[in-house]
Amino acid sequence: MLNEHAAHGTAAAGQARGGGAITREEVAHLARLSRLALREDELDHLATQLDDIISAVARIQEVAAEDIPPTSHALPLTNVFRTDEVRPSLAPDQALSGAPAAEEQRFRVPRILDEEA
Amino acid sequence: MSTETLVPYDEALARYEPVLGIETHIELGTTTKMFCGCATEFGAEPNTQVCPVCLGMPGSLPVTNRAAIEGIIKIGLALNCTIVEWCRFARKNYFYPDMPKNFQISQYDEPLCIDGYLDVEVEGETYRVEIERVHMEEDTGKSLHVGGATGRIHGADFSLVDYNRAGIPLVEIVTKPIVATGDKAPLVARAYATELRELVRALGVSDVRMEQGSMRCDVNVSLMPKGASEWGTRSETKNVNSLRSVERAVRFEIERQAGVLDAGGRVIQETRHFQENTGSTTSGRSKEEAQDYRYFPEPDLVPMAPSREWVEQLRAGQPELPAARRARVTEEWGLAEKELRDIVNAGALDLIEDTIREGADPAAARKWWMNELSRRATEQGADLAELPVTPADVARVSGLVAEGTINDKLARQVFDGVLAGEGSPDEVVEKRGLKVVSDEGQLGTVIDEVIAANPDVADKIRGGKVAAAGALVGAVMKATRGQADAGRARELIIQKLTS
Amino acid sequence: MTIIKKTAAELAALIASGEASAVEVAQAHLDRIAAVEGSVKAFVHVEPETTLAQARAVDDRRAAGETLGPLAGVPIAHKDVFTTSDMPTTCSSKILEGWRPPYDATVTRRLREAGLVILGKTNMDEFAMGSSTENSAYGPSHNPWDLGKIPGGSSGGSSAAVAAYEAPLATGTDTGGSIRQPAAVTGLVGMKPTYGGSSRYGLIAFASSLDTPGPLARTVLDAALLHEAFSGHDPMDSTSIDQQVPPVVEAARRADVAGLRVGVVKEFGGEGYQPGVLARFHEAVEVLESLGAKVVEVSCPHFTYALPAYYLIAPSECSSNLARFDGMRYGLRVGDDGTRSAEEVMALTRAEGFGDEVKRRIMLGTYALSSGYYDAYYGKAQQVRTLITRDFDAAFEQVDVLVSPTTPTTAFPIGERADDPMAMYLADLCTIPSNLAGNAAISVPCGLADEDSLPVGLQIMAPVLADERVYRVGAAVERALQDRWGGPLLAKAPQL
Repeated sequence: MLNEHAAHGTAAAGQARGGGAITREEVAHLARLSRLALREDELDHLATQLDDIISAVARIQEVAAEDIPPTSHALPLTNVFRTDEVRPSLAPDQALSGAPAAEEQRFRVPRILDEEA
Repeated sequence: MSTETLVPYDEALARYEPVLGIETHIELGTTTKMFCGCATEFGAEPNTQVCPVCLGMPGSLPVTNRAAIEGIIKIGLALNCTIVEWCRFARKNYFYPDMPKNFQISQYDEPLCIDGYLDVEVEGETYRVEIERVHMEEDTGKSLHVGGATGRIHGADFSLVDYNRAGIPLVEIVTKPIVATGDKAPLVARAYATELRELVRALGVSDVRMEQGSMRCDVNVSLMPKGASEWGTRSETKNVNSLRSVERAVRFEIERQAGVLDAGGRVIQETRHFQENTGSTTSGRSKEEAQDYRYFPEPDLVPMAPSREWVEQLRAGQPELPAARRARVTEEWGLAEKELRDIVNAGALDLIEDTIREGADPAAARKWWMNELSRRATEQGADLAELPVTPADVARVSGLVAEGTINDKLARQVFDGVLAGEGSPDEVVEKRGLKVVSDEGQLGTVIDEVIAANPDVADKIRGGKVAAAGALVGAVMKATRGQADAGRARELIIQKLTS
Repeated sequence: MTIIKKTAAELAALIASGEASAVEVAQAHLDRIAAVEGSVKAFVHVEPETTLAQARAVDDRRAAGETLGPLAGVPIAHKDVFTTSDMPTTCSSKILEGWRPPYDATVTRRLREAGLVILGKTNMDEFAMGSSTENSAYGPSHNPWDLGKIPGGSSGGSSAAVAAYEAPLATGTDTGGSIRQPAAVTGLVGMKPTYGGSSRYGLIAFASSLDTPGPLARTVLDAALLHEAFSGHDPMDSTSIDQQVPPVVEAARRADVAGLRVGVVKEFGGEGYQPGVLARFHEAVEVLESLGAKVVEVSCPHFTYALPAYYLIAPSECSSNLARFDGMRYGLRVGDDGTRSAEEVMALTRAEGFGDEVKRRIMLGTYALSSGYYDAYYGKAQQVRTLITRDFDAAFEQVDVLVSPTTPTTAFPIGERADDPMAMYLADLCTIPSNLAGNAAISVPCGLADEDSLPVGLQIMAPVLADERVYRVGAAVERALQDRWGGPLLAKAPQL
């Protein structure tokens, strides 16, 4: 966790400019990160399209923005809180109404490979 | 997996210097969840404390619980942290079935509290554990793994998920690397976890029950050869769920990593799991690819900018913290260090203080809780606080002794009655007729009988050997089944035989 | 005039006076839907019994003497991006097919409270990603002006429904232009309120920091009435503004621009813009001048970077927002044969349940946020967002409103840009800056392009929380142009 906080490194900006912005291996990696089981032909097609798009949006790096603060929210609101008061929960049958599978008032999911986080 | 060669602890420490890091998750005891109004009761029926928000249903949005933010600021202040003037929540993105949105609302590079410390004591020495950050996040749901041979995650056929816990406010406390602890490393780790638990409990923001998961520790350990300046690769042992396990996990990792390094191997940076039954750690499945959490500022929540007035108001409302309290009672009660430690370990500090507050003398309050009542708690396998006797009861018993209504021996019988549910100390004294007999007439009759039955002893006293009166007092006590006022009995015996 | 040709304001008056019942008005629209839906395909879900029950409830409330809102009894087409507890909500995605949410969006709830009668859920680009509705899992909607053309997107079902007289009003959501662009290409009024002015609770998120619910209507006044009906502070949305809704209805009635300073955005126009679009735009500017507005040219140098910034920020947020669609708790689940792991089932479900554009954006967003690329893409885009906001701030020191064409071209043929994402993205060129800065912007019809006789939109932008200003200017333009045309632009549309 400590190391992970240094994870957002600097950009591979040079590599991102122009054609050849992204390799097919990277696209396959992104698909795994995104939990998308893409077919080989889909990966090929997407690799080309993403390459085009990334090459086009890489134009953003022309903008000199050294000392410019980033904007994450459209409006400068702060400190929106609610009081610690109970509101009604859903009934369990409502909560589970859309579940593809349910058992013992719980969501039934396929076996989980690894514990996480 | 190859079997590990462990290096005996002392040998490992002779060659290597351990570096620790501890990440602690604490569930706050707010009435409602972090970002929605669902209740947070422990042990509720599955999926009864869920709503569109904590189920991550499409379209739902989080709204921050003010009480949770107050709770984390209180923890931050107690850990001597700086409360930042402005920060944001961030999304930590990864897929996992017990996390309804497949991202966790957490904080990334802008934690709410930074740069604090907590002093802990090990064998009379103080270690300052520096705190890197304290940040706010939300808990996940809980999975029940069904099928397979073990009922554990590996080999299960499927899982059943309950989201009652999803969205409960979670505070994560991350230490800076803890260095230069040498062979005390496991004890320092345990002392840190213990002190942190006491601190948070004193703040009243969490019940910090490790066995229920409301406090969970992840322990990072790395070794570097003595004299080296560069730290080694660390392992991260997850969800270590008792104070004892914290100590054992550190100790095991030191022995294991020393074995790896001695064999010329490299320690792998990995997640490990603590095995309660063997006291060892085992490797988690190593991922083919490194995790990439793709943190970015949570757009559904606006930044937090806790005003200085708010922070100061919270600071002013802080209760006395454990370290200050320990210093005070040591002084006030005139304790030795060992005595204080025993009291704390027995969980008797609150009880004794409350008993004193109810009017008991400090020495008496301590005596009853630490001797008589601790013994009974041990016999019953219960915590002291769980005994059906209150600090007010103990104070009353102590008062009855002080005023001479009962003596210590009778007091033990009073506790028998109170613990058996016979009522208040006064009621037990009344019902069992446990008052001390000091009345001259009543006592005189018994003394006469005792003198008659022990002529030899009586002669000795008559001959000036006053010390022999003890034997007759004992006989009087026996005859009155402990109810006689021993001092008065002695006076009367000597009076009768020497005047 | 038949019921379906009336404006929402007119229908509300008819219902209020008892000349027509809400049930009659709803039935007339349901009949229209039955008649033209086969060619327009504006809706993904229509349930006449549910609609009529709502209409009856409004009539009953009125009969009981209840004081109802200014739009009570008026029917509305509701974008399928808002949750509805009595109708399915799918975002036009296969992954949510048949999902019935257990709760109403705040916008939905406010529509009900205002007595609006929901006719059904309208088609959209899947998860609001697109400019044509071609990305809907249920097939495209068609532009009533020319059924071979796109009705815009992502709120294209809404624009098609209102332009085809299937509904007098519709809800939409605007993330990069998804209300204004469909309004422009179908000859309607479409408004993106100030971000935070209308609640996102129950709006299925595409890009949280940009998504804004807003109205589509045939007149500026109708849009204002609907805007007022569902806007305002919502404690369930942390980004909602805790202030009074700007006086938009009053502004739409006032409709004057005398003395107002109008800035023409220098960067929007020229190459890449259809000549007929520019011609109508310049005419509209002249109209404003003739009405007494003071027109100047204003430069917003960073607006040209709005498109790349948007195509980093929106996909990044979407990649995270759409992670929850994994087949575990609701919606589609694919491949759960008892042997596969949750991880595999999630990946199969998402591959099958999402369409191409959604997958593309998820991948793009995952890329832009991943370690090593964050600073160069997402980080940089957020800085550009600041620069664009500063451009707006500087511009609004000089002028009261900014104007531009809403879209560079009129409606394009269905299929034309379907496999050329970059060409498709250009449709939002002029609308995106206001999403990045969060300010108010409206599109009002300003005529038909000479080349293809298709509608052109005029975009009017105002500062944050000055929503009333765009209604005031929009209504003035509308009145002057309708005088010139001899009636509403939509009257020139071919009969369906």
